[in-house]
Amino acid sequence: MLAIIGPNGAGKTSILNCINGFYRPQKGGMIFEGQNLHHLPPHLIARMGIGRTFQNIELFTGLSVLDNLMAARHLHLKRGALAGALYFGPARREEIRHREVVEDIIDLLEMEPYRKKVVGLLPYGVRKRVELGRALALEPKLLLLDEPMAGMNLEEKEDMARFIIDIHELKQIPIVLVEHDMEVVMDIAERLVVLDFGKKIAEGEPDEIRQNPLVIRAYLGEEEGTESNH
Amino acid sequence: MRPCGTFDEHYSQDMAILRIKRHWGFLISILIFLYTFPLYGSYYFISLINHLSITIIIVLGLQLVSGYCGQISFGQAAFMAVGAYTSAVLTGKAGISFFLALPISGIVAGLIGLGGGAPSLRIKGFYLAMATIAIHFVVMWLIPHLEITGKTQGLHPPAPQIGSFSFDSDEKIYYVIITVMLLMTYGARNIVRTRVGRAFVAIRDNDLAAEVMGIELYRYKLLAFFISCFYAGIAGSLWAHWIQVVHPEQFTLLHALNYIGMLIIGGGGSIPGVFFGVIFLRLLDEGVMFAAPLLASIFPWIGIAPAASMSVSVFGIVLILFLIYEPRGLAHRWEIFKASYRLYPFAH
Repeated sequence: MLAIIGPNGAGKTSILNCINGFYRPQKGGMIFEGQNLHHLPPHLIARMGIGRTFQNIELFTGLSVLDNLMAARHLHLKRGALAGALYFGPARREEIRHREVVEDIIDLLEMEPYRKKVVGLLPYGVRKRVELGRALALEPKLLLLDEPMAGMNLEEKEDMARFIIDIHELKQIPIVLVEHDMEVVMDIAERLVVLDFGKKIAEGEPDEIRQNPLVIRAYLGEEEGTESNH
Repeated sequence: MRPCGTFDEHYSQDMAILRIKRHWGFLISILIFLYTFPLYGSYYFISLINHLSITIIIVLGLQLVSGYCGQISFGQAAFMAVGAYTSAVLTGKAGISFFLALPISGIVAGLIGLGGGAPSLRIKGFYLAMATIAIHFVVMWLIPHLEITGKTQGLHPPAPQIGSFSFDSDEKIYYVIITVMLLMTYGARNIVRTRVGRAFVAIRDNDLAAEVMGIELYRYKLLAFFISCFYAGIAGSLWAHWIQVVHPEQFTLLHALNYIGMLIIGGGGSIPGVFFGVIFLRLLDEGVMFAAPLLASIFPWIGIAPAASMSVSVFGIVLILFLIYEPRGLAHRWEIFKASYRLYPFAH
């Protein structure tokens, strides 16, 4: 599990946007499983197995939790409009098969009570969880999480950290985490990259980063005590 | 909110639309009513249902592209014209059976829709609306300028025939129209609950996230546009053989606007909403037609002509009222009613 940290505007989200094709980097490239991601559109990058969540929740607000996850299984379902219109037969069998997969994710993230609720009406913390579930439904080989704990209270943060660790350990999915909360990052990440003004200033294990003078100056700030406000 | 006391043991039960015996009862009695209606219904109501059914097919197509996929289209009337003319030419000039011409005219309308949609669907929102208005005018300009469409004279397609039996009256073609309408409804309802329909809603609600989930935006927008044009084409073909006259003036931009009004009043993103919207506006129209001469006789200073053109202004007022007080349409009211009915006598 890799965490990317850095002060506001350091370019953390921009890196994620580059990886899944929203931005085109002017220099350099991204290589995933031996293939260059440069110039691939987002939907092809998704097809290669990169799932992500967003900092400001970007769910399909008009759909239920269940349908949000089913929509994310788009790439794994095969039936087209005609089979869908007939429904009975292949399309129905496919729906049931994938429903089972989605129910497992709902179970893993403890979202059973919200299964049929329209996500636009759910509380913030739950919506964050739905977004994580939606990224999981893609069956990603790499999961990008953009501030999964932003704006949560302590309890919700602990739940979310537990889910992330569960996903990482049970499903063996590599995770790239962008997060502001230093305590969480130091606790759950195995490796850290520190960015400042678009440049990588340090990389290493949490303990090394904590000692790194560059990081302390650039990120944690010279004035002690402001760090906890992030 | 589901009916009280129903429990599922399998996902297929949870996914079913008709869940309890009462649902099946409703469906079967509606079908029996529809299919026996010409035996006792009056001519007026039979042709009203014909007209309603054809409009429902068009608005179903519009619901898929606008209500579900979020791509506004003013082209429905033009694509209905494409379907009507295709069918009229195929049956009248090429002598093909109506029952073959019907799907072909849907596909032709869909393909022409793809031609128009390919450049238009690269833009969003207001600009797309403008582009579809342009499609409407291009199509409606072309039709009276082509030789094959009978220019401004229009065409007179024959009545559908099976063997020696001819569907030449309102009562006879009624069965064809409602059967096609029911099949198209069945198809639309199933599309929106399977993979393609979810992709449409994903694009409507959040196109960025949809792309990250691997949904190819442009392809699915085109597909939605194709399906909506297919629906319009089928409706056009039915219309042509019901009225047995096809003329460019039957398909105006005002018709396309009317369909969008029906969508808004019925409720976007709901298949029952299509039925509510179409029936509500059509009945309103009929009511105005009935009331207009009455009003003109009670208040002579209004005059006959303004009273007769009242239906457009009533349409406008009703649309504004819905946008202000119930922008989610009658379908939303229906959901609220269903929920409270199932919870009765409790409030929550």
